[in-house]
Amino acid sequence: MTKPKVLILRTAGTNCDAETDTAFRLAGAETALVHIQNLISGKVNLTDYQILAIPGGFSYGDDIAAGILLAIEMKHKLTEALNAFVASGKLLIGICNGFQVLVRTGLLPGMSTADGDTPEMGQRTTLAMNTSARFECRWVDLATQESPCVFTKDIKPRVYLPVAHAEGRFTAPTDVLGELEANNQVVFRYADSAYPNNPNGSDADIAGICDATGRIFGLMPHPERFLTKWNHPRWSRIPETEDTDAEEGDGLIIFKNAVNYAKAKCP
Amino acid sequence: MSSTVNEINILNADDAELMRISREGTLSLNLNEMKTIQTHFGALGRNPTDVEIETIAQTWSEHCVHKTFKSIIHYIEDGKAPEQIDGLFPTYIQRATEEIAKPWCVSVFSDNAGIIEFDETFNIVFKVETHNHPSAIEPYGGAGTGIGGVIRDSLGTGLGAKPILNTDVFCFGMPDTPYAQLPKGTLHPKRVFKGVVAGVRDYGNRMGIPTANGAILFDARYTANPLVFCGNVGLIPRNRCEKSVEPGDLVVAIGGQTGRDGIHGATFSSAELDDTSENLGSVVQIGNPIMEKKIVDALLQARDRNLYRSITDCGAGGFSSAVGEMGEPVGAEVHLERVSLKYEGLAPWEIWLSEAQERMVIAVPPENLSELMEICEAEVVEATVLGTFTDTHRLQVFYEGAMVADLEMEFLHHGLPKPVKQAVWQPPKHQEMASRDKGIGVGNASYTDDLKKLLASPNIASKESVIRQYDHEVQGGMVINPLVGVANDGPSDACVVTPVLGSRKGVIVANGINPKYSDVDPYISAASAIDEALRNIVAVGGSLEKTALLDNFCWGNPDKPDRLGELVRAAKACYDIATAYGTPYISGKDSLYNEYSDTTTGEQRAIPSTLLISAICVISDIRRAVTMDVKTPGNFIYVVGNTYAELGGSHYFGIHGFIGNNAPVVRPDEGKLTMQRLSTAINSGFVRSCHDCSEGGIGVAAAEMAFAGGYGMSLNLNDIPTGDETAADDYLLFSESNSRFIVEIEPQHREAYENHMKGIPTGCLGTVTETPEFVVKGRAGNSIIETSIDVLKSAWQTPLHS
Repeated sequence: MTKPKVLILRTAGTNCDAETDTAFRLAGAETALVHIQNLISGKVNLTDYQILAIPGGFSYGDDIAAGILLAIEMKHKLTEALNAFVASGKLLIGICNGFQVLVRTGLLPGMSTADGDTPEMGQRTTLAMNTSARFECRWVDLATQESPCVFTKDIKPRVYLPVAHAEGRFTAPTDVLGELEANNQVVFRYADSAYPNNPNGSDADIAGICDATGRIFGLMPHPERFLTKWNHPRWSRIPETEDTDAEEGDGLIIFKNAVNYAKAKCP
Repeated sequence: MSSTVNEINILNADDAELMRISREGTLSLNLNEMKTIQTHFGALGRNPTDVEIETIAQTWSEHCVHKTFKSIIHYIEDGKAPEQIDGLFPTYIQRATEEIAKPWCVSVFSDNAGIIEFDETFNIVFKVETHNHPSAIEPYGGAGTGIGGVIRDSLGTGLGAKPILNTDVFCFGMPDTPYAQLPKGTLHPKRVFKGVVAGVRDYGNRMGIPTANGAILFDARYTANPLVFCGNVGLIPRNRCEKSVEPGDLVVAIGGQTGRDGIHGATFSSAELDDTSENLGSVVQIGNPIMEKKIVDALLQARDRNLYRSITDCGAGGFSSAVGEMGEPVGAEVHLERVSLKYEGLAPWEIWLSEAQERMVIAVPPENLSELMEICEAEVVEATVLGTFTDTHRLQVFYEGAMVADLEMEFLHHGLPKPVKQAVWQPPKHQEMASRDKGIGVGNASYTDDLKKLLASPNIASKESVIRQYDHEVQGGMVINPLVGVANDGPSDACVVTPVLGSRKGVIVANGINPKYSDVDPYISAASAIDEALRNIVAVGGSLEKTALLDNFCWGNPDKPDRLGELVRAAKACYDIATAYGTPYISGKDSLYNEYSDTTTGEQRAIPSTLLISAICVISDIRRAVTMDVKTPGNFIYVVGNTYAELGGSHYFGIHGFIGNNAPVVRPDEGKLTMQRLSTAINSGFVRSCHDCSEGGIGVAAAEMAFAGGYGMSLNLNDIPTGDETAADDYLLFSESNSRFIVEIEPQHREAYENHMKGIPTGCLGTVTETPEFVVKGRAGNSIIETSIDVLKSAWQTPLHS
C-alpha cells in the first residue's frame, strides 16, 4: 500500500505541528498540515486521510479553558465528518492541547455502551489546572497499561517523555473512572504517584487514555519531542554504544504503530 | 490641514517654550534638537503638525536612533590626557566586527537582527532587546510585550525568520526588600519578579518557542529600575536574507488592530523614571501572543512564495518608525483612515504612533496582493493596504484626504544634530577584605558555611522554579537542556538545540553578565561578561571560531559625565576583548536612562552599569556536546586556567560585606589559548563533563558539578595552577578569575588529556567519589570543607524554590 496520509490539524495557537509532522514522516507517513478553516470550507476533505492528529499548543490562546474553543468549533462545524472518520475505523491522536480538545469534544473517552443512545458528542472527563497551579515543563516516567490502544502496541513497559502544560490534571466522576479501568482504556499512567513525576495531580495517575476501540488516543506527554536519543535530557550520561537502534527515542514507536496499523487496516 | 490635526507653534517659541513643548508632549527632545526642528520649519515658512513633530521625536529618540552611541564624546580618564571619541558604536563595536571579518557573518547591524551562516540551506538570526521601563510599571505586560517585540525582530529580519528559541535575562531588586524601603511609586521586587516571569512564560509558551537560556540577577539598585532582556533566535532560508523596496510597492500592515496602547513608548523609555511614572500606564503595550503566532504562520507562507520584497516590525514609534524606516531610500505615502482600529476616536497622530502590538509592515508588489490576501484569509489574519512606497523621498501622511504630514526623508533620518557629550572616569577605591586563611600550619579555617552561603545567595541559587514554567522542549530540537544531571536539575552552562530536525548541526546559546564588577571597573565588568559568555559556549562543546556576540548595554543617564565615563570604559573593553578572541558582534542594543528620582525628596537612584553579552555558536555535530554534571565515580577532576587573587566584586567578598578592588581581569592571550585547546579536547571526547568557573569560583563550580551528578568529590587545592602568588585557601577556592573551567576526565583518557593540554595551565583537584561526601583539603592537608552533596544541593535549591 502507498504511504498512509496524516492530516495534522492547525488553528490559531497550534504550535507543535511541525515536530508532529516530522514524527509522522519519520514513521513513514505522508503528511499535510491543514488549517481548520480549510476543513470547514470543504477545501480539504477528511475522508482523504487515514490518520487525524491534533497537535499541542494553545488553540485560540486556551481562552476560557484549554482546548475548549477548538472543541466547540469542531463539534459545531465538523461533527459529521468526524463521526464518519471515526466510524470508518480510522485513527485519531490528540497530544497535550489535542488531548484537551478530544476530552472536551467527548471523542475521548467516548460514550459508554450503556449510554449509547446519545449520538451527540459530550464531555465526560476533564483536564483541569495542575495541582501546582502553574505551567510546568519536565520529563516524566510513564507506566504502560494493558489496553486496546493501537498506538502503544509492543511499546516498552516504561516510557520516558516530557510534559509541558498548565492544565493536565485528568479527572472524572468515579463511575466514569471505573468504566475506564474496566474497559482497559487507561493507556499510560505516571509511573510514580508523587509530585513531580505525577506532574499535575491526575486521578489514578492517568497520563493518557484511548476510546473503547483503541483507535482514538489522547495523552498529555509529548512523544513527538523524543524522536532521537539526543532529545533525552540525560543522553550524555548514557555510555555510547554501536547499537544504532538505541538512537531512536521512546516517542517514535507511537507514530510508527499508527502508520503500520493504517497501512494494514485503514482504506 | 485636517481639523483633527493640530499645528504646533514652534516658529516663534523661545527656548523655554520649546522645552515646555518637548516635556509636556513626552517628546524627550533636548533644546538643541528642538532648535534644529525650529530652523528646519522656519526655512519652510510653516509650523509642523502634531503628526510631524511626533514622527521626528520618535525617529530621533534615544530608543530608535541610539544617539548616545553615535555622539561625540570628550572623555577624561583618571587624570590622563583628554580623548575625543567619535561615536562609541562605530569606534568600539562596529570596528571590532569589521576587523575580525568573519566570512560567516551574513548581515551585521543593518537589519532588525544579526544574521550568521548555519548550513547549506539556512542561516541563523539573533537579537536581544530590553523592555525595562514598561516592566517597571506593568511587569506582566511589559515583559510579555518585550518577548513579543524581539520575536517580531526575527520575523522582520531579511524576509522573515522562523523564531526557534528565546533567551531571557532579568535583573531585579532584592527579593527580601522591606516594604518600608521601597522607593515611592515603585513595585516590590517580588511582584516585579513574578509578573515578569509570568509575562515571558505566557507569551513564549503560547508562541511555541522554547525558552532555553537565561539568567536572573539581584541587586538592591535594580529595585526602581528592573532590567528585562528578551532575546530570540530565528531560522531563515539563505535566499531570504535580503530586502529592498521599490516605488509602487504597496505598504501593507498585517496583524493586530491599532489602539491607544503604547503611545510614546519610544520617547518614554528615553527618559528617567520617577515616582509619578506609575501613572503612565498607557505607554505600556498590551500583548496577544496568539495574534503574533497567526502572523508568523501567515507570513512564513507568503515569504516562501516570494510575495513581498521587504518587511519590518511595528515596534517603538509604531507605523511612524516602520514606514519611515522602510521608505527611507525611496519615499512613502500613507492613508491613516485605512488603518484597522480597535475602537473609534483616535487622533491621526495617535494612529501613526501607537505601539499596539503584533503588527508588521510589508512591501508588496501590487501583482502579489491577491495571493497574499488569500493566505491571510486562510489564516484569519487581517491585512490592510495603507498606501504605497513612492519615489518622492518624502514621508507623506494623509487622513481622510488631507495631508497631515509631509517630511523630507533626508531631514527625518539625517537631520538629527550629532550630540557632543562629556565623560569622565575615576577608579573608585573600596575597602579590601583580608583572607581568612591564617597560613599553612596555622589556620584551620572551615569554609563549609561560606560555600553553603554562596550557593544560597540569590544570584547563584537554583532558578529551577522559573525555568520549569517555560516550555524548553517545544519544537522538538532540544539537545542540552537548561537543567541537566541525574535528577534533571543541575545548572547547565548553555543550551544546545537542533533547529533542523534530523540534522546533527546545532546551535548553542549562552550569556555573560557581571554587573558587580562594575563597582570596581566597568571595563573589567564588560570584559568578564564576554569571557563568561564564551566560557559557557566552550563548556558545552562550542568553539570560539564559530561564535558571534550581541551587546546589550543597560546604563544610567548618559547625560551625567560619570555614567557616560563608565559606558566608555565598557565599550573599550568590548573592542579589546572581542578582537582578541576573534568573536564579532552581529547586533546589539542599548537602554539608557535607567534611573529613578523621587520628585518630592530629590532622591536619585541609578542601576549598576550592566552589560549583557549574548553568544551564539554553530556546531557541526551535537553528539560531541557535554554537560556539567559529573558522570562516574573514580573519574578525575581538573581545573583549567590560572587562578589569581581576584576577589574584587566577587560573591565571596559580597557575603562578607566587602567589594574589594582586584576584580577579575581578562587576559585574552591566556584565555584564548585555554578555550581553544579545551574546545578541541572536548571535541576529541576526552572530557566527560565540563563546567564554567564563575560566580563563587572553583568551590561553587565543583559543588554544582557534584550534586548535579549525584556523586561526591574528594578534592585538594595543591595543584591549582596560579598566575600570581595566590596562596590562601579561601582565595583559591572562591576567586572569580576569568577563563577557567572544571572538567571531569575518565582514567583511560587522563594521559591523552594531559598531553593534549600541554602548555595550558591545568591541575588535578581530585576525584569523583561514589559516596556523597564533598570534601576539600586545604594546602596544609586539613579539611577545609566537609559536607554532603545533599546539604549543598538543598542550600542551593531552597532560596528561590517557589
